[in-house]
Amino acid sequence: MAPAIELTGITKRFPGVVANDDVNLTVEAGEIHAICGENGAGKSTLMKILYGMQPPDEGTMAVDGQRVRFSSPSDAIEAGVGMVHQHFMLADNLTVLENVILGAEPRNWRGIDFKAARQHLSEVGEAYGLDVDPDDLVESLEVGERQRVEIIKVLYRGARILILDEPTAVLVPQEVEELFRNMRELKASGATILFIDHKLDEVLEIADSITVLRQGRTVATVKPEDVTAGDLAELMVGSELPTPDITDSTVTDAVALDVAELVVHDADERAVVDRVDLRIHKGEIVGIAGVEGNGQSELIDAIIGTQPVASGTISLLGADVTHASVRNRREAGIGYVPQDRHHEGLLLEAPLWENAMLGHQTQAPYAKGAFVDRRGAQGQTEQIRTEFDVRTPNVHVAAHALSGGNQQKLILGREMMAEPSVLIAAHPTRGIDVGAQAAVWDSIRAARAKGLATLLISADLDELIGLSDTIIVMLRGKLVATLDPAAVTPRDLGAYMTGAALEPAGQEVAADG
Amino acid sequence: MAKSLGRRVMLALAAPVLAVAFAVAMSSIVLALSGSSPITAYIDMFDHARKLETMIDIGNRFTPLYISGVAAAIGFRMNLFNIGVEGQYLLATLFAAAAGGAVNLPPVLHIGLILIVAMTVGAAYSGVAGVLKVTRGVNEVISTIMLNVIAISGLVAWLVREWQAGGGVNASGGNAGVGTEPIPESGLMPNLNGFVEIFTREIKQGKKLTGVLVIALLVGIGYHVLVNRTRFGFDLRASGMNPFAAQAGGVPPKRMVVTAMVLSGAAAGLVGMSTLMDQGRYSPNFVRGLGFAGIGVTLLGRNHPVGIAIGALLFAFLDVSAGILQISGSASREIVVIMQGIILIAAVVAYEVVNRFRQREEAKDAAAALQSVPPAGIEVSA
Repeated sequence: MAPAIELTGITKRFPGVVANDDVNLTVEAGEIHAICGENGAGKSTLMKILYGMQPPDEGTMAVDGQRVRFSSPSDAIEAGVGMVHQHFMLADNLTVLENVILGAEPRNWRGIDFKAARQHLSEVGEAYGLDVDPDDLVESLEVGERQRVEIIKVLYRGARILILDEPTAVLVPQEVEELFRNMRELKASGATILFIDHKLDEVLEIADSITVLRQGRTVATVKPEDVTAGDLAELMVGSELPTPDITDSTVTDAVALDVAELVVHDADERAVVDRVDLRIHKGEIVGIAGVEGNGQSELIDAIIGTQPVASGTISLLGADVTHASVRNRREAGIGYVPQDRHHEGLLLEAPLWENAMLGHQTQAPYAKGAFVDRRGAQGQTEQIRTEFDVRTPNVHVAAHALSGGNQQKLILGREMMAEPSVLIAAHPTRGIDVGAQAAVWDSIRAARAKGLATLLISADLDELIGLSDTIIVMLRGKLVATLDPAAVTPRDLGAYMTGAALEPAGQEVAADG
Repeated sequence: MAKSLGRRVMLALAAPVLAVAFAVAMSSIVLALSGSSPITAYIDMFDHARKLETMIDIGNRFTPLYISGVAAAIGFRMNLFNIGVEGQYLLATLFAAAAGGAVNLPPVLHIGLILIVAMTVGAAYSGVAGVLKVTRGVNEVISTIMLNVIAISGLVAWLVREWQAGGGVNASGGNAGVGTEPIPESGLMPNLNGFVEIFTREIKQGKKLTGVLVIALLVGIGYHVLVNRTRFGFDLRASGMNPFAAQAGGVPPKRMVVTAMVLSGAAAGLVGMSTLMDQGRYSPNFVRGLGFAGIGVTLLGRNHPVGIAIGALLFAFLDVSAGILQISGSASREIVVIMQGIILIAAVVAYEVVNRFRQREEAKDAAAALQSVPPAGIEVSA
């Protein structure tokens, strides 16, 4: 039987970088094939080529033994290749059925033929063992269920080869298990799955074959039974994976940030942060665990000052800053690494030295009175560049020219150079490569030793457990559990994050998924 | 370094040069189609522009266009589209004219009063749009367009009658003579003819180079220093580039919106000064359209103080050339408007193309720098 997908000599160049360099990949029909590699290894580019979003510069593709050339995703779907993106593309206010048929509506003389659609959907669901209620509103679904809708959407369009782009990134461990169960059923029903992941234990658990990419090249294709996680990591990065362990405690008695009875409302006057009490001492890292959307962003925004506080107080080093402006808080020593560096962290068109100023533009060495101290700012940026290893030709380059990891190092550098007393770090290593990740951890740890109080929010549970002195679980706006990172596993954390470990019915929820 | 500087200058010039070249080519086609000789028309335009008196005209046209361009640019720098320069300058000029005509002060004070009234009225009127935006979320494009109508067809039309000199319509009934109380000599800025004549010959045909040109240049320098050298300017540009990052960086978004609109309006208030100082009063047929022209000028100049100057100079040259084309009969004067339009459209396209090219080059450079250091990755930081 011909392989489901065969890529030969795929090369894709972008200005200044070769994203894919002579990539060869063979995916057998009916297998689950994982693509591993650190950020920037070329995984996403390869998937985009496979799904017809970008044409390769060189090389050939074959699906089921037929040579193909995709010029758009619809060509790919035509050939039976479907993709589930990392970020869901669903309309919240439509039902599951409506979402599934969107853009591929069966028609009758009156318009959309919902009866036929429903029929087809239930056939697909049965054939692949995927269970969804077609009449549920998408906004009422959990993340894992939404993902299932995305998968069904692709299957509904006739795809037999599924590409899943980091499907586990948004899921808690229990949901991951459910996804894996679904993937096995899909496989049993004859589908072929190609998925991207960089969590090695997951890859080893689910995949039949693993292809590792490094710097745009295929390094090796291995069977999971022949390798350990350590072997895979070595293939991915060429050396041992760093871990974010902290050594001995540096926690002091002095409270740096004190949040008391904090309530933050959303636009509908609902409490998205609900009576939160939080204390961070000098030299302490407090990690907040929680599924995204449980009030973490609003908590951060309230502490930074970009979101108004409904009630409660926030004190910084004993001074009440509940109603202080963002600028006053930053001048008083709050550093901020935002969760989305492009959205909140950088001026992409501005040179690096102006980016280094941002958030500190009122203080030396960036300012002299009412004027910008250009020389001081550029000198400071040079220093950030060397100390934080920001790879750039010079400090006059626009921020968009840097890779994600270097942008993140610049942001961390500018915050650390200002020697804050409290650092709010939201997903500080999201979407950056392993090398930059280790650098970020190192500098947070070094600052902790010097007495920095850090509020860490992360979706990477290993990062949370490895860095934090205390882990607090946030669920539906409340802080529901305080855990000792030394005594907790990612699995336990996941149970707390979904609420399964908190309620008597939790056992059942976890078992059912 | 020298090479990269050369490349930067070339890239900066590429877009406007391309745009103008394209506009000339297109206009030539239009001229040829309409039966005129493009070459004759261009020769007429340039011959005319080489005369000192024409240059004075260009300078007089440049002055308000440049101030108007800067006024629009202050807003554009933080993505605020102040379309209201038109209404702001007409209202401001009327108030300044009324104030200037009502008092008799020593020269410097009198001129200062007129300028301050103009800036204050422009700032206040523009500030209305800013306040509406931050308190009620009204888009400034819509509010400034509406405020233009209120100012021009409403306030100005009414007040110019109220404040009419001599308390009634002229005996002749025409509009030409009507207007506010004439400003005494002490309130009018002296012209620059004496200064220019030091370097050239005597200026004939009664042409006078407006003294407000000096103010225009000061506005340009002030704009450059404010935007590129001060903390406020950094906050302004940061808000324009990424309002969310600016806010997280401590820039108060609402205050910035109001301040930018107020500053933009203050500059707008000065747009009508050169004409006012020349005519000595505000009359119902006071020059219109300078506010809208300024938007085009700043678009061409990419909000850059020198770029706006080049744009204003080019548009002033074209405006003044319209007259000679009509007189010499080598082409219709409307060709000038066509050219201005084509230049603008071409400039917008050309800037985008050049910008993409520049971004690609920068990414390439940064990637190259990355590769010159040992391979991206692990060893370095572990």
